[in-house]
Amino acid sequence: MGTKLLTYEKKDTWIDALCGVTKLVFFLCWSITSMMTYDTRILALMLVLSLIIFKVSKTRWDQVGTVFKFILFFLCINVIAIFLFSPNQGSIIYGSSTPIFTLTSRYVVTIEQLFYELNIILKYFTIVPSVFIFIVTTNPSEFAASLNRIGISYNIGYSISLALRYIPDVQDDFRKIKNAQMARGIEMSDKGKFMDRIKHTAAIIFPLVFTSMGRIDTISNAMELRGFGKHKKRTWYMARKLQRNDYIVLIVSILFMVVALGITYADGSRFYNPFL
Amino acid sequence: MNPIIEFKDFTFKYRAQMEPTLKNINLKIYPGEKILIVGPSGSGKSTLSNCINGLVPFSYKGDITGELRIKDQDPAALGIFGLSKIVGTVLQDTDGQFIGLTVAEDIAFALENNLIPQDVMKERVSQVAETVEITSLLQHAPSEMSGGQKQRVSMAGVMVGDEEILLFDEPLANLDPATGKRAIALIDQIKKQEQKTILIIEHRLEDALYRDMGRIILVADGQIQADMTPDELMCTNILETHGIREPLYVTALKHAGCTLQAKDKPGNIDTLDFTPYKEAVQNWFSKVEIPTPTTSHKEVLKVEHVDFSYIEGKPILSDIDFSIYQGEMVAIAGKNGAGKTTLSNLICGFIKPTAGNIYLNGDDIAPLSIKERGERIGLVMQNPNQMISKTMIFEEVALGLTVRGVSQEEIERRVNNTLKICGLYPFRNWPISALSFGQKKRVTIASILVMEPEILILDEPTAGQDYKHYTEIMEFLKQIHEEKGITIIMITHDMHLMLEYTNRTIVIADGQMLSINTPAAILTDEALTEKAYLKKTSLYDMAIGCDISDPPAFVDRFISYERGLR
Repeated sequence: MGTKLLTYEKKDTWIDALCGVTKLVFFLCWSITSMMTYDTRILALMLVLSLIIFKVSKTRWDQVGTVFKFILFFLCINVIAIFLFSPNQGSIIYGSSTPIFTLTSRYVVTIEQLFYELNIILKYFTIVPSVFIFIVTTNPSEFAASLNRIGISYNIGYSISLALRYIPDVQDDFRKIKNAQMARGIEMSDKGKFMDRIKHTAAIIFPLVFTSMGRIDTISNAMELRGFGKHKKRTWYMARKLQRNDYIVLIVSILFMVVALGITYADGSRFYNPFL
Repeated sequence: MNPIIEFKDFTFKYRAQMEPTLKNINLKIYPGEKILIVGPSGSGKSTLSNCINGLVPFSYKGDITGELRIKDQDPAALGIFGLSKIVGTVLQDTDGQFIGLTVAEDIAFALENNLIPQDVMKERVSQVAETVEITSLLQHAPSEMSGGQKQRVSMAGVMVGDEEILLFDEPLANLDPATGKRAIALIDQIKKQEQKTILIIEHRLEDALYRDMGRIILVADGQIQADMTPDELMCTNILETHGIREPLYVTALKHAGCTLQAKDKPGNIDTLDFTPYKEAVQNWFSKVEIPTPTTSHKEVLKVEHVDFSYIEGKPILSDIDFSIYQGEMVAIAGKNGAGKTTLSNLICGFIKPTAGNIYLNGDDIAPLSIKERGERIGLVMQNPNQMISKTMIFEEVALGLTVRGVSQEEIERRVNNTLKICGLYPFRNWPISALSFGQKKRVTIASILVMEPEILILDEPTAGQDYKHYTEIMEFLKQIHEEKGITIIMITHDMHLMLEYTNRTIVIADGQMLSINTPAAILTDEALTEKAYLKKTSLYDMAIGCDISDPPAFVDRFISYERGLR
């Protein structure tokens, strides 16, 4: 049924060929750097890099477009909200105030404020593509193995795998139950009163929970009968050995984070101040 | 030779129960045997198999007396993980036990847990995948596969570990007849190739006996009631006494007054020598009378040239065209994934046809909302847990009326009335959780009937039910059908159900409607059954074996004779 949003799709690129664990480490380093730094030069560099990586990974717009628009919408709200709640944040950070125009006595638009908000926008634009790339290029099957590799218990990794495995089934149950309850006359549209709608949601949730509990019972028996939890460790069918490219990416990712954060904090502040 | 499984005076009582579920079991199973365990629901047959794979007592606790040895070892000492290296279990729910995100991972699951290195693992997986013929599916997700394919994956998942004993818990449940037949053939092939000991638990006896079976063990009331070869068992009345359905040809032979002899090999229709019985069967055939069916000509539901597709050019259903008349009981049958459920979704209005019209009593129902259709066409889902949302029986049955704002007295009157018809009136103030599966099913049927629909659609009304419960549910449906004159449509791949309870069957395969005809005509049509993944009834082979020139008429007579006995 067409392209699925934010789901893994096999592609013939060197990024796709990297191990899940490499992508995970890259993603963590990248996000940490982006979250910590307000250094505009670094953020700008990261933006250019993430656009390049996005292109190289051959991620298609229809895989992520809808979600991207959604995030863009939140970004706008975020930017406006920052201005509404703290219009002087920029001046406080950069220690100067260069007004451009005045809206009211409280709301004066300054270059510093605009520059500060530009940094926020840059942060969004550096993290978002990397999240997309991580999700659409990491085979979910490999994900549990990767988590296990970086030291997280296989129980946790496997729980995530199982959740991914069952999401389509639960969605399917949900649709079936909803249809049947609607046929019995339970209104799911926006028409009914608020309290009624809550009650009616219960008419889907209860059957869904009971059906899912049945599933949990079966799956836990099935897992036990096939020896899950027998040893402290387990091997992984989908695990991949680290290749030369993986090592390069791992080293570059960590180096990049260290250098970027080093430059950011060199002058004792997270912010790059062009107004000095 | 030492037995690989040995029960000695074995008794087991679940912790939560007063009476033991298994009583004094004595049973020896030797390596390389192939054994069928049959028994009605609640007989203890599942408990028996859970004792072998270790779910009893490790997951389901209880008290054991007597002795059980598996491969000359004490299961208590082996633990569930130790047992899992000897006994591989394929559970009934092939979808539910699919653990991995893809076929390959699911097959490898046990190997991963046993710390097998990846290269060895990959090789074993591809070998096993080849044995069960799913090599091309290795990268597929469970949602992309049919029931039969998932079952092959489950089989591969236990074969990969080299267990000596393979335990199949109701392998035929949820499979269409032809796929079920292939599953039995595959189990047989595995046994022959890999020298395994095979235990199959199944109540669809006739289908399970499609390939040779060493012994049949009949469990009822927690005890072993019979332990003999299929040929011997067919000559007794033990199956009938304990509520297990005999193969139809065996029942037919008995109706014709024949006394079966083990030497004629009645365990399988293909081996049975009909010569000694031919005359009696022919006599009986000429004597049985068929009542002329009284059919109404009032069209209740008319589906007119309906097409449906999600993506243009990839039809799920095309040109479905039929009429159903007042008071009919009709089955919709066909292979898993053929479009049966899509058809019922179209009729209920959950999805809209891409082309064509559906009429209810002459009115086009396209403008009606799901809710409005729901008042006239009631849908009962396969699993009652998917419908029940209230804790008390009365409230659950009243739900459809309550949300429609019907007055309290009216609700009271209609619900009580419906509960009486459904035999649930004495339980009206009970919590639903206290009911059995069959009773829950009745509650869901009652909750639809209360809205007095003109048509009742049931999705697999008897799936997974043993003969006793099957009969109970179907006789109940027949009763409301007769009392209320309601038209009933059932989606099913149970051929017994079609034969015994429906007057017509709609056959769908790969999105096309192949036929609408009497079940006797359909199930004796070799080309049609093959195309739709159904199975011709053994009565057909019997008619041929007894030189009866008109097999459909023979089937018809058998059914009307059976109905007369009820």
